[in-house]
Amino acid sequence: MIEFVLDSRSKVNTYLQLVQQVKQALRVGLLAPGDQLPKVRDVAQSLAINPNTVLKAYRELEIEGLVAGRPGVGTFVERSLAGASLPNQAELREDLVAWLHRAQAAGLTPEDVIALVETTLRAALADDTPHKEPARAE
Amino acid sequence: MDVALEADQLGKRYGSTWALRDCSLQLPTGRIAALVGPNGAGKSTLLHLAVGLLRPNAGTVRVFGESPYDNTKALADIGFVAQDTPLYRDFSAAELVTAGGKLNRRWDAALARNRLAQLGIPPDRPVGKLSGGQRAQVALALALAKRPRLLLLDEPVASLDPLARREFLQSLMGSVADAGTTVLLSSHLLADLERVCDYLIVLHAARVQLAGAADDLVAGHRQLVGPRHDGAPIGGVAAVVRASHTDRQSTLLVRTDGPINDPSWTVRDVGLEDVILAYLADGDAAASHNEWGVPA
Repeated sequence: MIEFVLDSRSKVNTYLQLVQQVKQALRVGLLAPGDQLPKVRDVAQSLAINPNTVLKAYRELEIEGLVAGRPGVGTFVERSLAGASLPNQAELREDLVAWLHRAQAAGLTPEDVIALVETTLRAALADDTPHKEPARAE
Repeated sequence: MDVALEADQLGKRYGSTWALRDCSLQLPTGRIAALVGPNGAGKSTLLHLAVGLLRPNAGTVRVFGESPYDNTKALADIGFVAQDTPLYRDFSAAELVTAGGKLNRRWDAALARNRLAQLGIPPDRPVGKLSGGQRAQVALALALAKRPRLLLLDEPVASLDPLARREFLQSLMGSVADAGTTVLLSSHLLADLERVCDYLIVLHAARVQLAGAADDLVAGHRQLVGPRHDGAPIGGVAAVVRASHTDRQSTLLVRTDGPINDPSWTVRDVGLEDVILAYLADGDAAASHNEWGVPA
């Protein structure tokens, strides 16, 4: 079972924050098919939010085929987002930790690191898209 | 659409002053609605009319199709927590639960006792000696013991500290999720409302300025920033709710009726709080300057 938290300073809609947290949990393997999501009533009470907001988030996840509601029982995970990448993540994480230590030694602040990652990611993705098809054909 | 609360041209006058005028609205069932407005806007008057404590001078108010005034059958469906949660202060919480059982046709004493036990409220101490937060919880538990279909709350959290406020909203949201109750609550605390409410009614100067589903209202308004605006129509803008100008720039909060493609305007999304403030700030500054005899 996961527990939702809300960022009250975030501009992101409350229901979207819930959707994103479930997806994040599915991506990192914290939630797997068959797991139950927290009951609507419990989420509404613990976060002091409108139960309709929780229902809306669960409905959105249902439309995307990630979860399914069983009337009178609860909402359960249908499909994971972790996919094949999950086993590789531990090793990549080790590389990343080593790289972060180097970045720190080189004098980068956490903000510098985030800015660098974001710009590099955008640049790399922009480079990738046109080359993707020929690369696969080789 | 099932309607829990419906007002049509509703008005209430005290002497020659209208406390509420031409109030027409429909609150669908299953909603948690916020009633917002400055002090004296008519919020308590609307709530008192809805719970049958006042008789309208004009128009009608109906709760689940019934007029609540002098109508015990309609009142059985309505729960009401008045401002500052008035309770018989010499009674203990347990005695109030018993008293409620004698005074109401439908009464779930077990529900009230379970709630109060869960919240750690002492059963035998006079409620006048409890903390403000605990007293508010007792009042809510009593209102919910009626198993109302419509729950009206007048400033339920105004006098509570932040922790008690959160605990009150938590138990309110939990019980609404259980029972599917329609709720109308008045409050000044806009940040709380944005999370709790999915329907909004804005009252200002005895009139309804705005009413609708929160999502629709947020989606139907935008903030525009651009060169000084001379009042010419802008494509996609249905109405300018609020405008402020410098010598070369204008900031507008607008109600939209289509996409705004005019490139001279920077268009930003707004939150519920922005929309509420824009409608409340729409005061008549020129008239006030006249009354004071100073230049506007």
